[in-house]
Amino acid sequence: MSQSGILVIGEVRGGKLTGATLESISEAGRLAAAVGGDVSVGLLGEGVTALASAAGAYGASTAYVVDAAELAVFRSCPYTDAAMACISAADPRVVLLPNSADGREMATRCAARLSVGVVNDVTVLEPGDAHLRATHPCFGGSVLAEKECLSDPQIFTVRPNSFARAEGGGDAAVVPLTVDFTPSGMLARVVDVVSERAGVLSLEEAAIIVSGGRGVGSPENFAVLEELAALLGAAVGASRAVVDAGWKPSTYQVGQTGKIVSPTLYIACGISGSIQHKAGMQTSDVIVAINKDPEAPIFNFATFGIVGDLHQIVPALTEEIRRRKAVA
Amino acid sequence: MNTVVCIKQVVDTEAEKRLQPGDWRLDRTVENILNPYDEYAVEAAIQLKEELGGEVTVLCMGPDEAEDAARKALAMGADKAVMVTDSVLENSDAQATAYALSQALKTLEFDLVLCGVMSTDAQTGLVPAALAELLDLPMLGNTSRIEAAGDTLKVNRQTDEGYIAYECPMPAVVAVAKGINEPRYPSIKGIMGAKKKPLETMSAADIGIDTAMVGSAGARTSVLAATQVPPRTAGERLSDYGTPEEGAAKLADFLFDAKVV
Amino acid sequence: MIDFTLSEEQVSIARMVRELMVEQVAPRTREIDEQGEFPAWVAELFRGLDLFAVAVPEEYGGIDGSLVTLCVVEEQVARVSPACSMIVGVQSLGSTPIVRFGSAEQKKKWLPAIATGETMVAFGLTEPEAGSDVKAMTTRAVGADGGWRLNGRKCFISHANIADLVVCFAKVNVDGRDKITAFVVETDQPGFVVDKVEHKMGLRGSPTCSFVLEDAWVPQENLLGKVGHGLDILLATLHRSRICSASQSLGLAQGALDLSVAYVKDRVQFGRPLAKMQAVQMIVGGMVAQTEAARCMVFAAAGRYDAGSATIERFSAMAKLLASEAAMDVSTNAVQIMGGYGYMVEYGVEQFMRDAKVFQIFEGANELHRMAIARDLFAKG
Repeated sequence: MSQSGILVIGEVRGGKLTGATLESISEAGRLAAAVGGDVSVGLLGEGVTALASAAGAYGASTAYVVDAAELAVFRSCPYTDAAMACISAADPRVVLLPNSADGREMATRCAARLSVGVVNDVTVLEPGDAHLRATHPCFGGSVLAEKECLSDPQIFTVRPNSFARAEGGGDAAVVPLTVDFTPSGMLARVVDVVSERAGVLSLEEAAIIVSGGRGVGSPENFAVLEELAALLGAAVGASRAVVDAGWKPSTYQVGQTGKIVSPTLYIACGISGSIQHKAGMQTSDVIVAINKDPEAPIFNFATFGIVGDLHQIVPALTEEIRRRKAVA
Repeated sequence: MNTVVCIKQVVDTEAEKRLQPGDWRLDRTVENILNPYDEYAVEAAIQLKEELGGEVTVLCMGPDEAEDAARKALAMGADKAVMVTDSVLENSDAQATAYALSQALKTLEFDLVLCGVMSTDAQTGLVPAALAELLDLPMLGNTSRIEAAGDTLKVNRQTDEGYIAYECPMPAVVAVAKGINEPRYPSIKGIMGAKKKPLETMSAADIGIDTAMVGSAGARTSVLAATQVPPRTAGERLSDYGTPEEGAAKLADFLFDAKVV
Repeated sequence: MIDFTLSEEQVSIARMVRELMVEQVAPRTREIDEQGEFPAWVAELFRGLDLFAVAVPEEYGGIDGSLVTLCVVEEQVARVSPACSMIVGVQSLGSTPIVRFGSAEQKKKWLPAIATGETMVAFGLTEPEAGSDVKAMTTRAVGADGGWRLNGRKCFISHANIADLVVCFAKVNVDGRDKITAFVVETDQPGFVVDKVEHKMGLRGSPTCSFVLEDAWVPQENLLGKVGHGLDILLATLHRSRICSASQSLGLAQGALDLSVAYVKDRVQFGRPLAKMQAVQMIVGGMVAQTEAARCMVFAAAGRYDAGSATIERFSAMAKLLASEAAMDVSTNAVQIMGGYGYMVEYGVEQFMRDAKVFQIFEGANELHRMAIARDLFAKG
């Protein structure tokens, strides 16, 4: 078969390629030798052609671009049509997509059209015998399953913050593609795009997360966590208790039934550390816990814990970090 | 407006508040329940029926025990249940499950297919999108709001920043997010009436399933290994540190040393 | 031997009530206890899920009229909140006279709204001088104005302050002899005044009231049964309500057991969980056995009631006696094995112990039941 190389279907947010996309392109570069062939990227959207150079900087040699008004806002079928066009053009052995809701829909639909398998939420990729070995966490992260797709193209969705970024590539050759969008897929039309929290950092992509639990006490008290997060350039997360109480919308929830995150640093404030919350953040590199209950389960797995009142410690921490950064 | 809700029975991982049937006073640790994500879909379907009329059918692929999940949906207010049960479907992965469900859906009349976004066991979240692909229907996922007017669906899809509002003609496939509504408890009259509602069972042959596409035969991925993750152990814990400022200073030391800020 | 395996529907009902209580009520049981008022929001939840329909026969908008089903519901409610179990229990107690002895018109008039919970009912029997000795009651009913006028005082009446109807027992003088008679009193009238709500040791979310009847008006069509039927009506009612009360005691025992067992599995002293210590195991073993025995008695009695058994009086007394003793013993032991934390309000178990005491006293003091069981044996063998 003539399939070769790895195609990364890119994801665009705020006019830029997401961190997960850049990580996937870097990882594809690492695996290219074993898989055979080149690394290419698929850019889908409206006005995305310029992003080809960013993709090239991380190692993509070709950028297949579907730049179309129909793709201004995500819709399941048109985006799948566009991804399929990139797959047809690139004819890769492996396709990587982000593990977002959008990415999973596209991956599923492409896999169905191509009658191949798909493995979601992959955190490790290694060369195998005939196919790549993909690791994904299950059962709340307590078990790691290693799977392979049985035929090419092997389709994977990748968890953000799983792979290292490696710049030092060159330029990507731009190959524009035109797509005949499936008529039935065009039936859904976008009526409005509503931004209630503009510029909020994605929890799955963030390198640092400051997260609050029931111990924060009230929606107003989240202000001290938000100030620390702003200083650190961090995303703000919440436990299920906070979301159930209506203090934060469900998109803030970290946990087994919320978002699974893997930041470099996770600061848990007033979070007891229940099993379902732990399942959402236990793969963080460093976990810091601030809680006034010395028996809180979170202290059993935090890298650094401090027993005390978060309403005093968090502002004091913000001040201390601000002071040290100013001096540096 | 006629809706089919695809449901699944899963193992309950939060068992302390459940009852074991037959031995109902003891809470055991293993019990089967209606997938909590699907409860939102059942509730959404019933609310649409209450507003617009029509029928709610639940479609469930699973072994005989999965009938309990269908009965719960009937007790909540669904009108009929269709079970797809066949030994040839055992060990089907998400894609094969979607294929089997799509074959069953081809025998049913509907304006809308509703699903939960995923199941608590496998958590692949693949089925709704795969269904849409196999049935060649529009698909709207991760929805936080759903309304219908005439032949048109109005749906909000959650994003980190807010939401995207779509309009889409029916028939369509919609996956509803957790928290879109509060699933009702089945009333006592609902529970008593569930047994009288129609429950049909279909075999793989009844719905024209190609056995090569399901079960182990239909698997497109394979599991190579599974390893237990060693649990994280407790690190440093500070409780004697004087003032909050002194504690914060020690924490800041740790963060800068670890180079995470 | 009566088989009391539950039907699939009864298991589903138990499961639903359990989830409802754990998810919606458990977080607020302390609030209910501290406020000491009828929790109308809980009654509203129960209305929406047909819990009041369980006491009424199907033809009048109820479920299956089975006492077993009612006991299944009550156990799960009491397992989280004995006070809330009174909401369903009192509705059943107050409506049983109508269900058992009402005319077709009376049943049609009142039972559908009782089944939906739109009409709330209570049971007005006890008086300051007539507790165990019901025949000592002094409330009187005199025929007047095409109906009846009632005068007297009732005390320790659960939920009289929220009831729309109270089934009251009063003496009617017939040829110089006092005949106890049952009347359905509509509370929305100047002649019916609740003038006291008691402060109690426990069951604080279930208001216990005193009310006066001052020329309270009862139309003729609200007479239940016939003049002089009152004693039969109240005794038949109590044989059923005692079993319901027993199922509440059972739920209470189970709830206390749930909390204390979870605690001793977790709490470590001297390097081991309390659950590993013999002294604790001895106590817990007894608690579990006593609760299971109570469960057997409750459902044996309820099953016999549904089957129309002739031995129902003895069984209802035994069920009430044993289940209420289980509630008191198990909840006291639960506090004990939880140690200092057992005594603290925050940990929830002390409320079960405070709630348990009254179950040994109302619905017939346990001493009366012991005597009744013995006498029943001597009379009938």
